[in-house]
Amino acid sequence: MARTFVGGVHPPYRKGKTCFLPIERLSAPKTVVIPLLQHIGGINAPLVAVGERVFFGQKIGDSDAPIACPVHASVSGRVIALEKRAHPNGREVLSVVIENDYADEVHPSVEPKNMDDMSPADLLQWIREAGIVGMGGGGFPTHAKLTPPAGVTLDAVLLNGAECEPYLTTDHRVMVEWAEDVVLGLRCLMKVTGVKQGYIGVEVNKQDAVAELRRAVASARDIQIVPLAVKYPQGAEQQLIQACLNRRVPKGRRPVHIGVVVNNVHTAQSIAHSLRTGLPCVERVVTVDGASVERPGNVLVRIGTSFADVLTERGLTSEPYKLLSGGPMMGIAMHTPAVPVCKCTSGILALSRAESPATEAMTCVRCAWCIDVCPMLIYPTLIAQYGERGRTEEAEKYGALECHECGACTYVCPSHIPLVQWIRLAKSDIYARRNRG
Amino acid sequence: MEIKKLAVSSSPHLHSQNSVRRAMLWVLAALAPASLFAVYYYGFYVLVLLVAGPVVAVASEALILRLRRKPITAAFDGSAAVTGLLLALNVPAGASWWLVVIGALLAIGIGKQVFGGIGHNPFNPALAARAILVVSWPERMTRWVGPGLVSSATPLAEYRAGNLVPSNFDLFFGFRPGSLGEMSVFLLLVGGITLIYLEIIDWKIPVSFIGTVAFLTWVLPREGQTAFFAGDPIFHVLSGGLILGAFFMATDWTTSPITKRGRVVMGVGAGIITAIIRLYGGLPEGVTFAILIMNACTPLIDRYTLGKSYGSVRGAA
Repeated sequence: MARTFVGGVHPPYRKGKTCFLPIERLSAPKTVVIPLLQHIGGINAPLVAVGERVFFGQKIGDSDAPIACPVHASVSGRVIALEKRAHPNGREVLSVVIENDYADEVHPSVEPKNMDDMSPADLLQWIREAGIVGMGGGGFPTHAKLTPPAGVTLDAVLLNGAECEPYLTTDHRVMVEWAEDVVLGLRCLMKVTGVKQGYIGVEVNKQDAVAELRRAVASARDIQIVPLAVKYPQGAEQQLIQACLNRRVPKGRRPVHIGVVVNNVHTAQSIAHSLRTGLPCVERVVTVDGASVERPGNVLVRIGTSFADVLTERGLTSEPYKLLSGGPMMGIAMHTPAVPVCKCTSGILALSRAESPATEAMTCVRCAWCIDVCPMLIYPTLIAQYGERGRTEEAEKYGALECHECGACTYVCPSHIPLVQWIRLAKSDIYARRNRG
Repeated sequence: MEIKKLAVSSSPHLHSQNSVRRAMLWVLAALAPASLFAVYYYGFYVLVLLVAGPVVAVASEALILRLRRKPITAAFDGSAAVTGLLLALNVPAGASWWLVVIGALLAIGIGKQVFGGIGHNPFNPALAARAILVVSWPERMTRWVGPGLVSSATPLAEYRAGNLVPSNFDLFFGFRPGSLGEMSVFLLLVGGITLIYLEIIDWKIPVSFIGTVAFLTWVLPREGQTAFFAGDPIFHVLSGGLILGAFFMATDWTTSPITKRGRVVMGVGAGIITAIIRLYGGLPEGVTFAILIMNACTPLIDRYTLGKSYGSVRGAA
């Protein structure tokens, strides 16, 4: 019996075009743009200068901030610029621009590691040095998740293979093709945290992934594959924990506070890959899809490759109406295709107008569908209405700060009100008020 | 292919096919079987009433929106048509056509648009208008007739008077006098359950409403009697406007609570008021006023029935 959470919606999944296609390697681009911020936390300082030659896998940015994660060169070549460039987060971020010399000359520090020879502390340090961040879209530095606060004992490591976002099949293909690495990555995370029980939650529409993972786990008892109902947002951290472990994360806390570590399956795979090869996180799988894309599929892309380069190689049949980084429910609409693929770019969707129609907002009719589907059990329409009027106290009372912006409310709203947009505004107003006050 | 222009907006970038119009068309469809039964049972004249209601409602909404300098497209979102049809379904077959016309005008004008239109009215517009009609033309609004427009009395009135009432079979399938839309319990259930299945309405309101009426009319002695647990709940559930009201009017989005527990409170409250009016009040039927009173309580119910959020758990570090 597939497990699940309270609330949620069933958007059209539209995964059929890519979910059966094997991962293909995209050719390395002429230049890569490596933003010094590809995680949640403090921005890295550059470790290289313009004109300097860099190796493939060389660390080119790092920070002393408590929550930060280094970035690495995804090609070998020469640094041709160190400047602010458009970033998928919508802002401009200081980035290292490298001209590819197509030699892929590997940095001398790169050498394979053996997990069995390393202590948990060594492994933790390696996960940081390898630049591993949450690749599901969150981008939280993985090493920073693995140390529990005082008084908490970690007892579960959960891998997120739900992949509930429509279109995206990145994690699906990673699980099918690299199941061994996913399991090895999970074992590494379990060793670092000292946790004896690992779980991999997978929506039941990915039976081939379940089969591959089961095969990779074989008869081991310490890893359990949890079949999850196909429902959005099954892959949201809180909902995954509710479904797999029947626990809830208290308001304002993180999973680690209830003894749980959650990581994306692609993150686990990257950890294993970095151990096996010694290469840090310099590439990732990206789903390229949408009606405007000529050859949809899953591509293994060097970090820093621009969306434009990816789309040129996969072909465009028409000018897209929207270009998204991530899935259609939580992804960000890009204003330019010049943005680079980052460590947490799970999808590049070039959508036609028919796929993502613009709607006109009308008055709230109090149907309460937004409340019925909200997985956080808060009051989207009330938060939005108070938020719109700048009444932050009421917005907070109805749960604004618990919203993780999954978009289920906006998806079902028969009046087409951009609820998430108003809730985001309410949240930023609440934080602004706190900072003032 | 060069990318020159990209649309940028806040997520999500997908939207369901839901719209107010779509939901309202489903409500109209769900009311259609019961409406057509009234035409079959009473005759062609009833069709005039059932068409006049929605037409006048939509026309008056368009006119008022025009006067308010608002886009008149909102008049065609289906909500005015539903209000007009519900109003027409709430008059007796012997009612004059102009009663429906005035009712539809009142429903849209006084019931809805004075408050700011869709989403802002505190009372169910059709029931607000019906209440005004009942008070203004009490005789005309109780001109109950049988097939062929022969004057008759409703089962609830007969019950009050201690007379013979129709069999449960006739009540269930609608062979009895009553307001146009309340007769065939069977066809109303077909429509109502369809709306629940489509998740357009929440089952909590009709179930708690009907359940409360059934329970109280079973337990409580009617006026002039003393025996408890001797009532006739099946008769009470099948007669009057309970099924129509519980499925199609108490569930009105705008005027019912938005919280899950609040919807149960709404249903139970309306059930209590209905039972008390039917058993002890001055009128044979109480569904209209029960729903209107609960409409007035809706903001208060919402305030006191807020549920706990996902993160409202204790016991963590």
